Amino acid sequence: MSESLIEESIISRPTYGALKIVPGLAHYFLADASGAECVIRVVQELPRDMMEKVHILYVPTPGETALITSLYALGANRFEHFPTIDDAVAKLGEWLSDAKMGSQLYLAGTEGLVGQGVAKGEACGLDHTAVQCEHRGSLARRVQCVHCKTMIEDVTTQPVKCPSCDLLLLVRDHYSRRLAAFQGGCINAEDPSEEIEIKEVFK
Amino acid sequence: MSASDHLIPVVVSNVVEVNPIIKRFEFKHVNGDELPAFSGGAHIVVEMLDDGTKRKNPYSLMSSPFERDQYAISVRRDDTGRGGSKFMHEQVTPGMQMKISAPVNLFALDLRARKHLMIAGGIGITPFIAQMTQADKLGVPFELHYAARSASQAAYMDSLADRFGDHVSCYCDDQGESVDFETLLSSQPLGTHVYVCGPKGMIERVVETATSLGWPAAHVHFEHFLAPPVGEPFEVHLAKAGIDITVGAEQSLLEAVEASGTPINCMCRGGACGQCETVVVACDGEIMHNDHWLDEEQRAAKQRIMPCVSRFRGKRLELDL
Repeated sequence: MSESLIEESIISRPTYGALKIVPGLAHYFLADASGAECVIRVVQELPRDMMEKVHILYVPTPGETALITSLYALGANRFEHFPTIDDAVAKLGEWLSDAKMGSQLYLAGTEGLVGQGVAKGEACGLDHTAVQCEHRGSLARRVQCVHCKTMIEDVTTQPVKCPSCDLLLLVRDHYSRRLAAFQGGCINAEDPSEEIEIKEVFK
Repeated sequence: MSASDHLIPVVVSNVVEVNPIIKRFEFKHVNGDELPAFSGGAHIVVEMLDDGTKRKNPYSLMSSPFERDQYAISVRRDDTGRGGSKFMHEQVTPGMQMKISAPVNLFALDLRARKHLMIAGGIGITPFIAQMTQADKLGVPFELHYAARSASQAAYMDSLADRFGDHVSCYCDDQGESVDFETLLSSQPLGTHVYVCGPKGMIERVVETATSLGWPAAHVHFEHFLAPPVGEPFEVHLAKAGIDITVGAEQSLLEAVEASGTPINCMCRGGACGQCETVVVACDGEIMHNDHWLDEEQRAAKQRIMPCVSRFRGKRLELDL
């Protein structure tokens, strides 16, 4: 079911499954445009009387409206959309602060969105087994510069230049669940004059 | 090697009749030494020398984990059991010397919890008394729901309500009161862990309700010590030792193995911890699996047995001991 293209790597590098509804008191969804179809796939299978338990947050790509219409038409108890992942994740935190044990969280889309949803769920007290993730879309990474702690969104190249401290960073598979970010460490620390070709690898 | 190989010599410092069926026993080290540290939910094994029969029964510690000069347990008298609780009630008096094991905890609080929800049935209250003392001191929110047959049988109900106030809700069967598990488990904030100790039926209902509401298994904790059941005597061959032993009607297989001087691992002695799991070399007959440890497949295979609570009926049982 999952169309993720993630290759097996070190244990820290997250892998993802396919969303599947499990028993729960409430079902919270967070998706971006690449993950919207995953939400539609599982929610439209639910009986009408379960829609009272469904809450959906969505981050559309700018200008896109068709998926907003489709998600709205599912008839969830609550449906809201936000222009940025940050805003949607903040709203998820608000919703989860009132949530009860038995709540399930479903995340679908790019790794940045999924990772930040996981971190928010954990911060709100959700057990990791109550969180399901399905990866769709770009393999672009959210990277932390380990030197100046800047978060760099949508990284597609290896290495990447830190926009804050200008160091050239090797994007590692080493991932922080707490920060929802891959770790980027200086690739030419011993000889900063060394030239390294920047290639697009996370498409 | 097992926890009960290194027993601590203690003196019974106090015996208190809590109600007609429950007595509290307090123990101090014979030398007045500090007893080993423990956390709420831990149990000790008490050795009883009853007219030639040696019994070792597990009991939850109810005293404060922050006070190590003495331990306290509460024992419910069961006249239809094998005689351990009867021995405690009738023979154990202040000043008597006994031996106990160091504490072992199979029912600890999960310290990551944002709230501890405790559900007790009857004598299942004892581990929670120590846990509440611990949670109270740590400043973590907790709530106890304590159900008993009647107020007169509900040990410590009044004192707990006095001590912990709103944290405690009490339910008496004879008043028509009962815990509404569905409502209780539907209204807990994220990060709550639930703990249940009491009769088998209560544990099953809590676990089933929590599971159907979507609680993660890691947030649901329970403890159910089994008293080894009585039964018909049976013969067992211990293959390594090369001996045959007889398990008496009121004796457990574990106790019979110990009485023969054959080494065997064990810890909880109540079918819960898995330490005494033993390989069955040959079995011509039926194993009465009474434990909570082996799964259905393992039971059917007849290749493993938990000697602390399980028994045998048939022609021949041979164990890898």
